[in-house]
Amino acid sequence: MIDLAGKITVALAGNPNCGKTTIFNKITGARQHVGNYPGVTVEKKEGFKKVGSTEVTVVDLPGTYSLTAFSPEEVVARNFIVREAPDVVVNIIDAANLERNLYLTIQLMELERPMVLALNMIDMIEESGVQVDHQALSTVLGMPVVRTVGSSGQGIEKLLDTIVVANIKPPHLDLTYHQAIESAVAGLMSHMQDIKQQLVFPLRWISLRLLENDSETMKEIQGISGGQFIIDAAQNYRNDIVKELEQEPEWLIAQTRYEYIQEIYRHIISGDLERLKFSNKIDAILTHRWLGLPIFFLLMWLVFYLVFKLGSFPQEWIEELFGRFGEYISAFITDGDLNSLIVDGVIGGVGSVLSFLPNILLLFLAISLLEDTGYMARAAFVMDKVMNRVGLHGKSFIPLLLGFGCTVPAILGTRTLENQRDRIITILVTPFMSCSARLPVYMVLTAAFFSEAAAGTVLFAIYSLGILLAIVMARFFRSVLFSGSTEPFVMELPPYHVPVLKNILLTMCERSMLYIKKAGTIILAVTLLVWFATNYPRDAVFTKSYDEALAAVQTQYNKNMREQVLNPLRIQNIDDHPVLHELAVQMAQSGSMRRTVEDNLAGLSGARFTDSPELVAAVRNYLTIQRQYEETKSIINNQQAKDQLTSSFAGRLGKFIEPLIAPLGFDWKIGVGLIAGISAKEILVSTLATIYSMGSGQQGSFYLKEALVADPNMNMLVALSLMIFVLVYAPCLATIVVIKRETKSWKWAAFSFAYSTGLAWVLSFIVFQGGKMLGLV
Amino acid sequence: MRTLCDIKPGNSAVISKVICNGKITRRMFDMGLVPGTEVFVQKYAPLGDPIEISLRGFNLALRKSEATLILVEPCF
Repeated sequence: MIDLAGKITVALAGNPNCGKTTIFNKITGARQHVGNYPGVTVEKKEGFKKVGSTEVTVVDLPGTYSLTAFSPEEVVARNFIVREAPDVVVNIIDAANLERNLYLTIQLMELERPMVLALNMIDMIEESGVQVDHQALSTVLGMPVVRTVGSSGQGIEKLLDTIVVANIKPPHLDLTYHQAIESAVAGLMSHMQDIKQQLVFPLRWISLRLLENDSETMKEIQGISGGQFIIDAAQNYRNDIVKELEQEPEWLIAQTRYEYIQEIYRHIISGDLERLKFSNKIDAILTHRWLGLPIFFLLMWLVFYLVFKLGSFPQEWIEELFGRFGEYISAFITDGDLNSLIVDGVIGGVGSVLSFLPNILLLFLAISLLEDTGYMARAAFVMDKVMNRVGLHGKSFIPLLLGFGCTVPAILGTRTLENQRDRIITILVTPFMSCSARLPVYMVLTAAFFSEAAAGTVLFAIYSLGILLAIVMARFFRSVLFSGSTEPFVMELPPYHVPVLKNILLTMCERSMLYIKKAGTIILAVTLLVWFATNYPRDAVFTKSYDEALAAVQTQYNKNMREQVLNPLRIQNIDDHPVLHELAVQMAQSGSMRRTVEDNLAGLSGARFTDSPELVAAVRNYLTIQRQYEETKSIINNQQAKDQLTSSFAGRLGKFIEPLIAPLGFDWKIGVGLIAGISAKEILVSTLATIYSMGSGQQGSFYLKEALVADPNMNMLVALSLMIFVLVYAPCLATIVVIKRETKSWKWAAFSFAYSTGLAWVLSFIVFQGGKMLGLV
Repeated sequence: MRTLCDIKPGNSAVISKVICNGKITRRMFDMGLVPGTEVFVQKYAPLGDPIEISLRGFNLALRKSEATLILVEPCF
């Protein structure tokens, strides 16, 4: 019974590509909530709508073709319908694809819940002159049938009215299976009379599923006393049927259903349905024998360009905005510890969380476009042979490609894979695609230890090694972690559609919000933890008094300025002289000095002082003194930072793990860098710069290169070993958090961390020790 | 006996039997690949696998390894 002025729950069920999401979005608008079904990774989408005085909760069940125990989605859908007992189940079916869509309808009817049928995309087939007799369909199935067009919203009002107002009863399915099946069902149903109070599913449904060997149903019955007896009885019936008819019951059941559907279909459709004509014409080009692959690669290049190239602009703005904000805030907080916590920890952390946002928005724009148009299935079709060899699915290609840009959106992109195993394997190997954050590490190391001619080859080899590892590990995981379960590749190639803008925008917003809420908060927390580990404890015993050193530098600076600049020009202050004043202002504005003294001089209007050799000399001295002063100051600050870092928790950890990484050729300095690099791999470079006490100016990485070359512990072989380690070892924090979010378990996140670090160790060990034996050092 | 793999693109065939293979065939039944169904072989993917077929008004892709489980009678 439906309570007119109360609350009702409506479940939307239907095939993938039937327009279910469009109808869901049309009904609920932005009043949506994404959660999870307990215990599984399947997402639960809920929306709300007020119809008259009734508050309607709409649950968008996952799109499925069937209700077997084939996938978690199917189990979730059927469990929700029976256990949560929604007031109405709305079955949305694609009017242009009735035969296959009605197959699910029949299974939904077997669950014996009140149902309404939405005959969706009805405009498409009626335009082609085909008539669908929806009244006849309603009579045959015994449930209200509403004609809808999701994209324009036509029929949605009527659908809602039907749901809320009509007193809907469960339909009666007038379908008789093969006589052998029916007598087995009758037998099983009478066996179950005694325990029927403990069963939530309809008895006929349970009997049919047991005959089909449905694993979920068997598991459930087993838990009930007397259940084993029922299962044994079902097995006997099943064996008898197989022996007698030489066919499995599931085969007979599916066939009867399709025969039944065909009868209905003939009854309600008039005209010749040729909806695939247009799609097949597009496919003649897009999956063409010769053109298919080039078009695929072109589109993939476009996706990559869109997500990373176009995404890099807003990303820079966000980073700059947060940088400025940090500077601005710095001016107000004088306390050193608090300043560092707010500016480096909180603002820096929030900034790094948000800097992924443009990529994620554009990623889901690209993915929605590919999926909603129907191309995604074609991409999988074109690539499947290659990916299948590797042990992956055709659709795994896109996340792997995105991995070269950034692993975080790449892992979010694995969402397009329906199968849990394919998704997890793809997630586990995606980090081997060298993301852009690892490039600065490779660049510094190749520049320092390889000739310019060899650097390109080394870089190429590292990238290739990543791809090779992904292939090897994917095959390994397929055969070890998920052995014995071959997944069928039976994939619908849906007709091409013009995408619905509202769906795309909603997906982009929803995914970004989920990222910020679920991943962002954890990333922020862990960033703060790393900040703490690298900044505390504060009781560092400095190797010398940095305050004294800085004061000495300041005194020297003042003395030099007075003797070489101010006295010769007979002035008291830099600002007293127009040319020096201009120079000082320029330098303050640009934030740094030009490369050479000559460059700085050239920037000034020369005519005013070339006649005066006194002035030229003073300017030259001024610039030289200024530069020396700033460089020395920066080096002292970095020495202090190095002392601080060395005695911090992270530094101590680096020293602590030195024996572990020594066989790879790494000392404690690299150890600290690798630990800090877990927060984001490019951090390795800046951490090493700090440890080597280099200036952090524009030439920071240039000086780091020199320092690395000068370090007796570093050589070509260590550099190679380090590059391999950086390629393979633990994915960055943001990635680990996103893995947890996408697999819904810390188990896989921890596994990813552990196995990749272990693998990195083994590979670096082989390279370093092997190289040493070959005498490469 | 011929399998779906033996049918050249552009030709139709009627399914006569599906060799049972647990989960894989289960999914094929659900997608309407039951005996008596007429299927039209559209094309092979650019790399030669999977195959695209049409049945019951929709297009389906399946790997050759699965297509060999489907025994057919060619339509002339």
